[in-house]
Amino acid sequence: MRSFDSVMRNRIPFIHVLAGCLLLASSHAGFAGVLPEDRSDILYHLYDGGGVEIDGPSVLVRKQVAKNVSVVGNYYVDMVSSASIDVVTTASPYSEERKQHSLGMDYLHGNTTMSLGYTSSDESDFDATTYNFSVSQDMFGDLTTLSLSYALGDDVVGRSDDETFTRDNTRQHYGVGLTQVLTRNLITTLNFETITDEGFLNNPYRSVRYADAGSPLGYSYEPELYPHTRTSNAVGLRARYYLPYRAALQGEYRFYTDTWDIESHTAAISYTHPMDDWTFTVKYRWHDQTGAHFFQDLFSRTEATNFRGRDKELSPLTSQTLKLAASYEFLSDGWRFIDRGTVNFSIDLLTVDYHEFRDLTSGALVGEEPFYSLDADVVQLFFSFWY
Amino acid sequence: MKTRRICQFLLPVLVANGLSACGNIEPWVKPYERDRVADPIMFLDGDPVSSAYIQHVYEAREGARGGEGAAGGGCGCN
Repeated sequence: MRSFDSVMRNRIPFIHVLAGCLLLASSHAGFAGVLPEDRSDILYHLYDGGGVEIDGPSVLVRKQVAKNVSVVGNYYVDMVSSASIDVVTTASPYSEERKQHSLGMDYLHGNTTMSLGYTSSDESDFDATTYNFSVSQDMFGDLTTLSLSYALGDDVVGRSDDETFTRDNTRQHYGVGLTQVLTRNLITTLNFETITDEGFLNNPYRSVRYADAGSPLGYSYEPELYPHTRTSNAVGLRARYYLPYRAALQGEYRFYTDTWDIESHTAAISYTHPMDDWTFTVKYRWHDQTGAHFFQDLFSRTEATNFRGRDKELSPLTSQTLKLAASYEFLSDGWRFIDRGTVNFSIDLLTVDYHEFRDLTSGALVGEEPFYSLDADVVQLFFSFWY
Repeated sequence: MKTRRICQFLLPVLVANGLSACGNIEPWVKPYERDRVADPIMFLDGDPVSSAYIQHVYEAREGARGGEGAAGGGCGCN
């Protein structure tokens, strides 16, 4: 039986993240009332940890095609090889590939930028499509930017071992962002986002375990069963400060809550230091969350509750990340149609400690297994060109 | 209940932001004083492909989502 890790399922598909980030943030990341810079990025990404290896390319091209119009395209691939803790305890390791395409357009009218985007993602048992729209307005001498965004996602969930199995999800994002230059050295941004899901939200392969005296292991498995709706609210605040010797210090905080009773606090601090053609960044991130109300590592019996889940990401957990990044600028004087380029490398050292999800590979007594934890390395290598 | 808690956190910040902007329409950071916030090291999201990817990793590994992306600009550099 084939199964899969939760990397690609049962959360916001990457296309929704992309819709929010590429087609809005990139549009207004640096300059008010102007279109995004023409640039291309060629990125290789690698996630390696917890028995899961995911790598692949991401290529982005952005170009201004008229006085007030900029278009952007992105091609992204995940090549997944998974023998995660979920997989090794309930199924067999597997490999798969996911391809994603996205197109977007920004239209600038005065101090207003309107963005439209479309993204599709395909893999053997999961298809996702997202449409997004956003409006951004610069105000008060361009010291303030207000952004409103909406995205609609449709997912079709399948099973690789059952061609007749199809389930739908509908997901809607509502976002408000406010960016404010407070002083000549300090810029802040506040984001509020509500996401609603309706449809088949659990993983069609994953199981929960329940105590079963008749089983040699002392427990047995049955399919997960999640609520069919979920609504989440998140508010995030970031502030970036320019230090006197030309360096930047950034602080971040996010509070999150949802109708599954997950509540989390996320905080991060980063420091960016340029040195000649180099730019170095170090970042520390901390995340702590409560678990979903229907999560249990071991249910007392079969069908013990109305909803059941054993996705480790729905367990109470704490994660910490240390990021180290370096960027080198070249072609500073330009070459042919290229104005400049950078080569960038980063590694994120991620540790996740689960507070209720247990490691069943330990062989300990049922219900007394040690809590699971994982370490992962997240590597990015990418070239960026401006033209 | 939880929405109320978010609103309790959000509203004061919004009001403070709003008042700081509306109280003085005349830009208090003059165009010639914006060289620092216009410096590329001050970009909140200088590499959108990279930040979208790492955000994807976090959303796959954690139970929370949203509220981090879609940073507005506002450096007033033009």
